[in-house]
Amino acid sequence: MEAMGWGRYPRTQAELVEPADSAALQKHLGAQKKSASFIARGAGRSYGDSALATQLIGSRFWDNFLSLDEERKTLRCGAGVTLGEILRVCIPRGLFLPVLPGTKEVSVGGAIAADIHGKNHHRDGSFGMHVIELSLVLPSGELRRCSAVENSELFHATCGGMGLTGFIVEATLALAPIESSYIDQQSLVAPNLQACFERIEESADSHYSVAWLDCLARGSELGRSILYLGEHSPARSRKSDRTFPERGRVGIPFATPAFLLNRATMSVFNSSYYKLQASKKRRVSLDCDKYFFPLDSLSNWNRLYGSKGFLQYQFVIPSGAALTGITTVLERISQAGKGSFLSVLKKFGAANENLLSFPTEGYTLTLDFKNEPALFPLLDELDRIVLAHGGRLYLAKDARMSEDVFKASYPRWEEFLAIKQQVDRENRIASLQSTRLGLTP
Amino acid sequence: MNVLIIGATSAIAKATARIYAEQGCALHLIARNEDHLQALCGDLTVRGAAAVTSGLLDMNKFAEHQTTLDAAFAALGEVDVALICHGSLPDQDKVAQNFKQAQKEINTNGMSVISLLTDLAPRFIEQGKGSIAVITSVAGDRGRQPNYVYGAAKALVSTYLQGLRGRLLEHKVQVVDIRAGLVDSPMTAQFPKGALWSSPERVAQKIVSSIRRGGHTVYAPGYWRLIMLVVCAIPEFIFKRLKF
Repeated sequence: MEAMGWGRYPRTQAELVEPADSAALQKHLGAQKKSASFIARGAGRSYGDSALATQLIGSRFWDNFLSLDEERKTLRCGAGVTLGEILRVCIPRGLFLPVLPGTKEVSVGGAIAADIHGKNHHRDGSFGMHVIELSLVLPSGELRRCSAVENSELFHATCGGMGLTGFIVEATLALAPIESSYIDQQSLVAPNLQACFERIEESADSHYSVAWLDCLARGSELGRSILYLGEHSPARSRKSDRTFPERGRVGIPFATPAFLLNRATMSVFNSSYYKLQASKKRRVSLDCDKYFFPLDSLSNWNRLYGSKGFLQYQFVIPSGAALTGITTVLERISQAGKGSFLSVLKKFGAANENLLSFPTEGYTLTLDFKNEPALFPLLDELDRIVLAHGGRLYLAKDARMSEDVFKASYPRWEEFLAIKQQVDRENRIASLQSTRLGLTP
Repeated sequence: MNVLIIGATSAIAKATARIYAEQGCALHLIARNEDHLQALCGDLTVRGAAAVTSGLLDMNKFAEHQTTLDAAFAALGEVDVALICHGSLPDQDKVAQNFKQAQKEINTNGMSVISLLTDLAPRFIEQGKGSIAVITSVAGDRGRQPNYVYGAAKALVSTYLQGLRGRLLEHKVQVVDIRAGLVDSPMTAQFPKGALWSSPERVAQKIVSSIRRGGHTVYAPGYWRLIMLVVCAIPEFIFKRLKF
């Protein structure tokens, strides 16, 4: 079959194997040739080539909840369970996932492998920091449990390790108590990037904080943005406080022609969105689905970028250099005549102990670009700007970074590789990404 | 509501059991693989099932059917829904040439279901209420070259259900025949999937809604009714030449 990530670029022919459970996975691994290589694939929501290889091991059938301890607020489940399923089951019990990305469709295994972050990273850190324990099937077929205290080296390599240390089959997650699934959102308008940074710093106590940025604004308006702050609503004794909103979706049936996304349409969209949001009410109460996952209401929104797909470019730059770094990036994009439909800015808290985890103290900007040949030299240039400002790129979004850029910006890659080689001497676990980045031959 | 599911660890059964669990039903599950069964029991408990009990059964051990169902009725008391889901998809080339294999497949997909239904019917008559639902297949609608052994076993069950439906009518017990189309599950892992394939979750929603509404012969998903109408309308002198 033709396999691709969420960005629909790159694509490759791959065999998809979906074992029914960990015993079937162990049997499958035992029956493979020594030379065969494979990578785990969860819900297929990483953007680039991190879950692409000639053989993909899918976790779709590892979708059981194993136990829920409401008193200790912990949930044990299979790695194929999606975050949306967890919310649907946990919200009625007043429990919530402590870290949520921009879509509820990701699997638990994928969330751990990419050590995903959410709008509350500055406060609660990344997903892996709420994983109490996980079970990993090694390429040898051995099942190994690990946590921050047991096999901790393997644990810190696996959280954020892009599936390269083994197959995550099960995990125990810590949950957070909530009174209501509603989020009280406050929006602040920032006329430029500096103002946006100031607003973010001033609101460091907010539970959730993320800014939408008009990446096409120039000059004194460069970086104009709307900062969205969120807090969990207190209980209002509404029945809907404890239900996960199930809503219909609009599907995008086919890839829309890419020429519809050009600088003119993006510019109109960005500036009208800014003006509309700037004129809207400052405080609203939103259900958690609308607040956290606005794009999920359009299933297959990735098709909007045309048949060639798109690249998402997400980087982080340490706070000290962030204002100049992000300004330079935005100016360079503008000069190149490119733009991003959605641009999202957020402040990260401190980095954790996971060896390949992306978040580190600083500001992160996410941009979407439709795939076209002229884009690649521009992104190479952006890499140099990011690197010069001490930053790095997010592996779950990456489809094209060079080995040099990766190794220069992820200083603990050698420690990671040493652990990977302990559990996978023959380099049987490899993705197109790991090979491109020089982590596997 | 009390729900009995036989062949409970199949993909469709699992998805259906989850819907009932989230509605707060009490469930009794019967399946062959103990590990899968235990894992599913845990899953349904987390999802909110009022109670989950289970029993192990190899469907082809017909002599054990009665005691297994005794235990199920003892655990649930009244049974509002009994859903039979088990099945296996044989390699047609093997079963076409080897009677022993064909017999085994017809036992699994056909005879074992008849055995269970024979045992369930008087229990439901005594209750004077409830629904018996069986997952059959569109493959039973017409014998096709690539899977006529499987299709014949499913057709056996479908025809049996038509008669049983009439017999149980006066006892206020409904009988639902769910003819599943192509479902993307571990049973069909070896097939390339196209546009006609549907997820076990979608089929499960259809099962739950048909049982609630009191359907008779239900195609899941619904568009299979139309497809099979066309397939059955093809004249035999053409159909016999088709290899699909």
